[in-house]
Amino acid sequence: MSKAVSALNGQSHTGFATVTEAGLKGMVTLRADLDSKALAKGLKALGLKVPAQRAIVTEGARSVAWMSPDELLVLCGYEEAAQVTADLEQALAKEHALVTNVSDARAMFTVSGAKGDEVLMKLCPIDFETLEAGEMRRSRAAQVAAAVWRSGPEELSVICFRSVAGYMMGLLEVSSRKGGEIY
Amino acid sequence: MLTLTCPCCGVTVEETELAPGGEAHLKRFGPGSSDEEFETYMFARKNPKGVHFERWRHAYGCGKWFLTARCTATLEVFGSYPAQTTEPPAELIAKIKEKRPGWEGYK
Repeated sequence: MSKAVSALNGQSHTGFATVTEAGLKGMVTLRADLDSKALAKGLKALGLKVPAQRAIVTEGARSVAWMSPDELLVLCGYEEAAQVTADLEQALAKEHALVTNVSDARAMFTVSGAKGDEVLMKLCPIDFETLEAGEMRRSRAAQVAAAVWRSGPEELSVICFRSVAGYMMGLLEVSSRKGGEIY
Repeated sequence: MLTLTCPCCGVTVEETELAPGGEAHLKRFGPGSSDEEFETYMFARKNPKGVHFERWRHAYGCGKWFLTARCTATLEVFGSYPAQTTEPPAELIAKIKEKRPGWEGYK
């Protein structure tokens, strides 16, 4: 096996907020009937539960986010993603469902700092005043699709496609430069 | 700029997150229909000044299609509802009729 590397190898920039490429993350995308018992059971085995509309539920090192009325995204460690995929596939074997390991198809960024919101305010048509902790908001950052949520106190996380990771890092870096604060 | 609420994920989004899909509630005429019916289905659109039913897709969000009623003259949005229906919900029609007494209906 070749050595796995993330899109930008953990690149980081600090302006009025710090933007960092989060490195290797396990991500498993899941399309199924979200009301199905098999899905609830499969997630329970991972220590997770089916999230409510637009919610992201975190238990320990794993999270599961609501992406659309029939889609979830499981976030886990990079190494365990293959196992998580296999487990979920088995749990949903009798359902009309799709489970795919997309760890290498996505890139994840964190924006941290007291003014972290302002970095993304300039890029996304999201009302950050009403973005609650535990809410997954899919939107866009400038010209590319992005999913944003509050992953901790004074920290936002952003997921985008790996192919646009360089573009996303460029956006975040320019947007977080000193002197570019909004308030 | 239009601001619409996606009924599938419940979030209020602005136009740039959405992809337009043209007029809603079209009746499809496919194989077996007359040339005239097919031509009307394919090309004839209402283009009203006033109440208009449209299809929109939450392209940058949940990716689902939904339907919206809005006024093309004032950009007032009357409401949006999921696309899995053949006609607008009754309460939306009642709301539009109240606001636009002269409205001739969606058909």
